[in-house]
Amino acid sequence: MAPIEAKPLGLRGALLLPLCALAIAIALPFVLRAFGLDFYLSLASRIVVYAIAATSLNLVLGYAGLVSFGHAAFFGLGAYVTAIMISEGVQSGPLHLAATIAVTALAALVIGAISLRTRGVYFIMITLAFAQMLFYLANSVKGYGGDEGLNIRARSLFSLGPYLLDLKNPLALYYVALAVLVIALVALARFAPSRFGRAVLALRDDDVRAEALGFPTYRYKLVVFVVAGALGGIAGALSVNLQGYVSPNALHWTQSGTLMVMVILGGVATVSGGLAGAAVLLLLQEVLATTTEHHEFWTGWVLLAVVLFARQGIVGLWTRRRAPSLS
Amino acid sequence: MTGTATAAPLLDVRGLEKRFGGLVATDRVDLRVDGGEIHALIGPNGAGKTTLVAQLGGQLASDRGTIVFAGDDITAWPTHRRARHGLARSFQTTRLFRSASVIDNLALAVQAVTGSNLDAWRPARRDRALFERARELLDTLGLGAKAAHAIDQLSHGERRALEVGMTFASRPRLLLLDEPMAGMGRDESARMEALIGVVRTQCAVLLIEHDVDAVFRLADRVSVLVGGRVVASGTPGAVRSDPAVIAAYLGDDAGAA
Repeated sequence: MAPIEAKPLGLRGALLLPLCALAIAIALPFVLRAFGLDFYLSLASRIVVYAIAATSLNLVLGYAGLVSFGHAAFFGLGAYVTAIMISEGVQSGPLHLAATIAVTALAALVIGAISLRTRGVYFIMITLAFAQMLFYLANSVKGYGGDEGLNIRARSLFSLGPYLLDLKNPLALYYVALAVLVIALVALARFAPSRFGRAVLALRDDDVRAEALGFPTYRYKLVVFVVAGALGGIAGALSVNLQGYVSPNALHWTQSGTLMVMVILGGVATVSGGLAGAAVLLLLQEVLATTTEHHEFWTGWVLLAVVLFARQGIVGLWTRRRAPSLS
Repeated sequence: MTGTATAAPLLDVRGLEKRFGGLVATDRVDLRVDGGEIHALIGPNGAGKTTLVAQLGGQLASDRGTIVFAGDDITAWPTHRRARHGLARSFQTTRLFRSASVIDNLALAVQAVTGSNLDAWRPARRDRALFERARELLDTLGLGAKAAHAIDQLSHGERRALEVGMTFASRPRLLLLDEPMAGMGRDESARMEALIGVVRTQCAVLLIEHDVDAVFRLADRVSVLVGGRVVASGTPGAVRSDPAVIAAYLGDDAGAA
């Protein structure tokens, strides 16, 4: 057998960095406390929550090559579902999770089934239009805060046997969000070189060819769209638990734009791109916000630099360029 | 399959039509391809060859007429279902997966028609059957040494060979080859001709080709398409001497588009 596909995978090398990052993430709350920087835990949680949202968008945008400009629809919808349930007195975390997944997956199924019949600019516009429809809907529903948004007093509650996990506790929220992110990243890392993942990457390259070979491309795109929508919804549900508040802005197109910036900044179609992008963008905003009034101006320059000089995003800077392969 | 002496044709197209506004691109086309034969479809530019291939492949919906393939009416089937049923096509402009290596392109082509593709957990590389078939194809295509190469490292001829190989990967019953020799030099054309010779031992071929010399060497039967209509169909010899063909085909520059 010729040593052709023997691509040096270096499992130990490949796992070293993620495991270190995970260890740091787990230790982070204690480190912050030791230095009296507890305040930053909420920033860390925000990074994790946005990392989940950006990762879900990366699945659609990066892996399936579908430029969805309405991903905030699912993020905001998930936030609203959970916030409304809590404001109606339902505190059960598992119920919040189930309802969030059900509603956002269904919304993604409907939006995807229609939008995926178009391509290119039309796809961008139609996904944007759907998200804006939800934005205006949230603005008009006065019973749930309308344009002022919805404040919640309680949070999602998970009972684990004798223990009660209340997401009101910042530490609990951080670890639950971290667990969701880890599951999402592991699943994404497994997905990319799997049969389904390769089929999706193939249709990103050329969906006419993929279809002609026998892949039901429309169905595959829809599956990806729905999974990403549900994951974006979960991120939204976590975000409302973090902030105790949701407003129509969570559904606004600028929110979709922020998620896109995170994906492009971090690395399109890379497992950790969403995480890297969320971390860098939110940290950048945090640092710049304390030093200058024009933080968006400087953030823009960083984005420009990344797009011009690091085509594969931040993640691409430290992964050496490999031979082209779908896996 | 039923053992009748006069076997039904593999592909039986009847009264197929396609209009774009006022333009009739495909005009009541009847076409049959039998198992094991190379059936060539020739015609001047603008005759509607590519439109017809797209209708057969399922990329374009037909306005009227039926396409029966291997006993099934596939007229309304989506492309991927036709492919899984054994009707494969190549493209006139090369369409390959650019971010995949040569072997991965072939493995994807094999994957498309074998087994379930919804496994999102186990690495596809563990799937020996995929890569064994891909490797076998690689040798058939003469690309054995370039398995790990990127698509843009291949020459035009190699890319065209891979384009044909991709379609062939699925072990189709009928292969639609859309101008496989387009833009090729003499050596590359000869190699492609040899490849088609190999392919034909394993499936029927509907060959759309500009290179008339190659067509007459390879084809068992030839149909001539002019202005969306089949004006002649028969053995190469009969078609070549058909006065209607000579008039229509050679008169293209002067005649109506």
